Amino acid sequence: MNDGSPAHLSPQTVLGQLKQHGVTHVVWLPDSETNWLYLLMQAEPSLTLVSVPREGLACSVAAGLAAGGKVPVILVQNTGLMESGDSIRGWLFGFEVPVVFIVGMRGWNRHGAPTADTASVYTEPFLNAFRINYYLVESDADAQRITVAFNEAKKTKRPVAVLVGDEYHGFNR
Amino acid sequence: MFHTEDFLKAFKLHRGDAIVVPGRGGKHWVKMSDQPDLDLPLGDPAMGGHAAFAFGLALAQPQRRVVLFDSEGDLQMGLGILLTIAEQKPANFYHFVLDNECYATTGGQPVPNARNVDYALLAKGAGYPRTFAFTELNALTAALPDILGQPGPVFVTMKVHADVENKPINERVRWRTKSWIQVVSDLQRKLGIAA
Repeated sequence: MNDGSPAHLSPQTVLGQLKQHGVTHVVWLPDSETNWLYLLMQAEPSLTLVSVPREGLACSVAAGLAAGGKVPVILVQNTGLMESGDSIRGWLFGFEVPVVFIVGMRGWNRHGAPTADTASVYTEPFLNAFRINYYLVESDADAQRITVAFNEAKKTKRPVAVLVGDEYHGFNR
Repeated sequence: MFHTEDFLKAFKLHRGDAIVVPGRGGKHWVKMSDQPDLDLPLGDPAMGGHAAFAFGLALAQPQRRVVLFDSEGDLQMGLGILLTIAEQKPANFYHFVLDNECYATTGGQPVPNARNVDYALLAKGAGYPRTFAFTELNALTAALPDILGQPGPVFVTMKVHADVENKPINERVRWRTKSWIQVVSDLQRKLGIAA
């Protein structure tokens, strides 16, 4: 569904943020809206894409990359974020990894109306339970929030989440 | 089947300047390692994930060998990482699995299908180009120079005796001497990585 709003989040904007903040590795598992971003990232020589088959593994891979001096970002869907609880606790908080999660908000509706998909309903309570700060990004005009997230992660040595609330707005081209 | 400690003694002779993530071998390794700043004894950061962590480290430091002493219980919790490692093919990654067929730190309960899992075959099927399996220490010791001389990712599984822990957690001897933060900080300083 597309509500016709011109306020879309473009994949180029997200890629620009990754480059601006020196990201070296994207540890990820695709969600339903990121294929166009995937194609852009794949063509970007400064990025190494590391695909994982389950999101909790992204946390321990990211912790290893950070220990070795690299700058990972974790790109997953909110469903996988919630699957990753113990890995977030142990590998990211435990090792003080300043990593940004970019989280596709499956089930998100910009107008607040409920959808049949419960994934987004539980996402913010999950993040609050883990005391992970998060920033909602719905359009290119919100891109500065991604910068805020990167800066906060670096300053606090904690994971910070960017919630991509563009599920129904054509982020996948 | 042999003792983990005996294998680690044999490995130590071939370590060189490799980074070592000792996993379940940690309590033995910290007593014998003479390069502690290149060791990452982690204990139990989370349930599973040692292989993913060590793999990430290998990707970040491609010029240096990274050796992991994984366990079959930890690996079972995140078997999918074998696919990721095989896809990325880190040439500096050496993945050893200490298979004691049980959760030794919780009293020795068997892992799923404990005696019938062929981990080398799983790794091979996932795409690891070189896999090995050992039940005898002499054979493994003899093969170590060749194994470590091959480009990674290399997967080596071995049957070891279980060091079963049955004491309550707060009554166990603490073998980790450094926090996770300190362990990583020491490694980064040793490698000249700016924190």
